[in-house]
Amino acid sequence: MAGELVLLDFWPSPFGMRSRIALAEKGIPYEYREEDLRNKSDLLLQMNPVHKKIPVLIHNGKPVCESVIQVQYIDEVWHDKAPLIPSDPYQRAVARFWVDFIDKKIYELGSKIWKTKGEEQANAKKEFIECLKLLEGELGDKTYFGGESLGYVDVALVPFYSWFYAYEKCGDFSIEAECPKMIAWVKRCMQKESVAKSLPDQEKVYEFILQLKKVFGIE
Amino acid sequence: MGEVKVLGSWSSPYGLRVQWALGLKSVEYEYIDEDLLNKSQMLLKYNPVHKKIPVLVHNGKPIAESAVILEYIEETWPQQHPLLPKDPYERAMVRFWINFLDNKDKVAPFITFFIGVGEEHKKAVNEAKELLKLYEEQVLGEKKYFGGEEIGMLDLAMGWMAYFGVIEEIVDVKILDAETFPRLHAWIQNFRAHPVIKKNLPDHDRLLQNYTEKRQRFLAYSPHTENA
Repeated sequence: MAGELVLLDFWPSPFGMRSRIALAEKGIPYEYREEDLRNKSDLLLQMNPVHKKIPVLIHNGKPVCESVIQVQYIDEVWHDKAPLIPSDPYQRAVARFWVDFIDKKIYELGSKIWKTKGEEQANAKKEFIECLKLLEGELGDKTYFGGESLGYVDVALVPFYSWFYAYEKCGDFSIEAECPKMIAWVKRCMQKESVAKSLPDQEKVYEFILQLKKVFGIE
Repeated sequence: MGEVKVLGSWSSPYGLRVQWALGLKSVEYEYIDEDLLNKSQMLLKYNPVHKKIPVLVHNGKPIAESAVILEYIEETWPQQHPLLPKDPYERAMVRFWINFLDNKDKVAPFITFFIGVGEEHKKAVNEAKELLKLYEEQVLGEKKYFGGEEIGMLDLAMGWMAYFGVIEEIVDVKILDAETFPRLHAWIQNFRAHPVIKKNLPDHDRLLQNYTEKRQRFLAYSPHTENA
């Protein structure tokens, strides 16, 4: 069932991290290939001609693009190990709803926090915290969004933690001060090897953002 | 299998997807039409996060986001008219394309086609045609439906094309023509003719009137309007 598995990825990508975590949770061996996004490989362009983006999961030569689709695919193919998506249809729908919410809001708002200044940045910060608070509400008293074990929403959200330090420095605010429950949840996730090994160091991500700001001419 | 309610809007392709899915699976439901300029308390209660239609309510439990609802319907009523293939890779491909066409950057050209003018409109026409070409050649290919021999989830997501002709009528520009896109054109005929879909298509005249008014409102307020 495993066959040949390759993940085309880029180390700071929170989307790539999702697939890394899913594969690690299930103990599935794969080849990780780092892409230079300023010089995309022929393989990447061939495997994802529509978007030309990472991550791309290549299974037995066939590409699966888009991180949420990859995580669902991984869960369906290796369904007997560490299931990520709940088995109850309603719980699945709830999980899918929140992953869709995370995809619509978190990355874009986070990007605005490090890319902009003044009022635009202030609005982005405010909305970002509001979104995290909504997610805290959904987490409730559970250990993870998935209950007692890591689930689909956890895998989709926790990668953004590696960017929190960068957001905080650029936006001059503390995410932990505003959303302590969220950070408590993050810390529980980070105790899992699958998560800890899949997320890069926050300082490294911050340095990367600073470089990007230079390249884009952002103050 | 319990009480099913759908909160939708008569002309929304996102709401229609849900109604079509339930229809194909012969699931009875109560349809509640929402006035999107005056949202009901029920809608705000069932979808507090986005406050949008469609919402499916099954035994009192709400589900929002059409793509999420379609997966739920498929999982809850799996026997009748399956909407997804069994193979995980093929399922991933269906999900990829639904995700693709629902992306706001991919919807935008068609919206600008409807309410844009001048250069913006020209650009939208080109972008829309590129997308249609992709859908025709790479996604539909030689198949009768996007789902193969039978209507599948991707057909329902592409359902907006089934009444795109009204938009073209109003704008007085044809882009989805039979010569350039013969396969999509054939697909539209087949899709519209299916008894379940036929029963749930927005009325042509009502669309024409309603959307003409909508367009006029946009053009009146648009800063880009060219003066006649």
